[in-house]
Amino acid sequence: MLLRQLSKRILVTAGLLMVLPFSINADEQAGPVEVPKARAKATQEFGCVAPVEEMRKSHMQKLLHKRDKTLREGVRTKDISLAECIDCHVTKDEKTGAMPSFGDDKHFCSSCHNYAAVKVDCFQCHNDKPENQNYKHSLTDNPLKAHHKDLALNVEASKKSLNKETLDVVTSGGSK
Amino acid sequence: MDKNMTDLARRNFFGKAAAAAGLAVAPGVMLYEVQARPADQAASSKVRWGMLIDTTKCNDCNECVTACQTENGWGAGSDNEQKSSDRQKAQWIRKVKLTDKQTGHVQSLPLMCQHCETPPCVDVCPTGASMKRADGIVLVDKHICIGCRYCMMACPYKARSFIHEDLHNQKVVAPRGKGTVESCTMCVHRVDKDGTPACVEACTKADRNAMVFGDLNDPNSTISMRLKEFGGEQIRADLGLNTGVRYQGL
Repeated sequence: MLLRQLSKRILVTAGLLMVLPFSINADEQAGPVEVPKARAKATQEFGCVAPVEEMRKSHMQKLLHKRDKTLREGVRTKDISLAECIDCHVTKDEKTGAMPSFGDDKHFCSSCHNYAAVKVDCFQCHNDKPENQNYKHSLTDNPLKAHHKDLALNVEASKKSLNKETLDVVTSGGSK
Repeated sequence: MDKNMTDLARRNFFGKAAAAAGLAVAPGVMLYEVQARPADQAASSKVRWGMLIDTTKCNDCNECVTACQTENGWGAGSDNEQKSSDRQKAQWIRKVKLTDKQTGHVQSLPLMCQHCETPPCVDVCPTGASMKRADGIVLVDKHICIGCRYCMMACPYKARSFIHEDLHNQKVVAPRGKGTVESCTMCVHRVDKDGTPACVEACTKADRNAMVFGDLNDPNSTISMRLKEFGGEQIRADLGLNTGVRYQGL
């Protein structure tokens, strides 16, 4: 009888132990993904190369299109360029001060890609960190002088101005 | 002697003609017809990039190889490829010593991708990764390279190498990774910005002046004029590949 009670108790404890980690994890994962902040360079007029909604949906198409243009034809504009993305978006971890590698949750690309479990192989060849860690390009509202000039000029009038919400996401992290 | 004098006169004439072709828009400001290619424009077949290497000026220095390594992040230019053996490691450019057994005459020259007009590496590539740009630069599109290494077998110059291990901290200008083939890119990232390949720059800096880079299609470029005056040999000319890299004094 005593043995039976004991084994029952062990079973219950084991069961609890099995369930507990999952429930804790579920709490942790339930919140939105923390996207690392880009260097504060976006302006109301011409911030990132395109509004966040558009970039989230089609960054890969843009990059795929551009990579063939660059490699095969030698078109080297700054509008869509993986190196330019990395230069602005991959930033040091605020707490540790370390530059994250692709795969870390603190790396801009992997912060989402880890969450969505989408594997990319860009960084098997390309550098996943900015070569010059203090890199900054000029900020300007003048589309003719803007760093991502070519793209800024092509943006339709409606998309030209980033709304406040978008700008917040671009410059201060967080996700919607 | 007479011929040299005429050539010099011709060159002076061309020099003046080129200056006259420029259009003065304001005092001190000239508009030339030939300009650097804008970043948003594709490379054109009007240009064919080439290199001329004077083996009589080349000696046992290693400046070109070191410069290439630093620029593109291979060999001594990176801390990668620790596990690969010496025979496996990357070799974009290397120095070759030629000894004439009969006379004992020794020559040293840099050997790299010869940027053929009809490249055998492009012929054999099953995916189209091995490719030639419109301006004659032969490259590997690592996005679609499957690492079969047919091109390495096909190249008569042994100019290509294969990456055997995971790499990190590559140069931004020269992405390279495990499972793909690579070779000299003629510093395409510099050329696209109107620059000179790192090896040529280093050779000139070291005061050897054995390497000249330029447009083979432009009769007024230094390289074309030197080729016209002194001629330039192709290595394995018998293969009829019409290489972009020529040697003088072989």
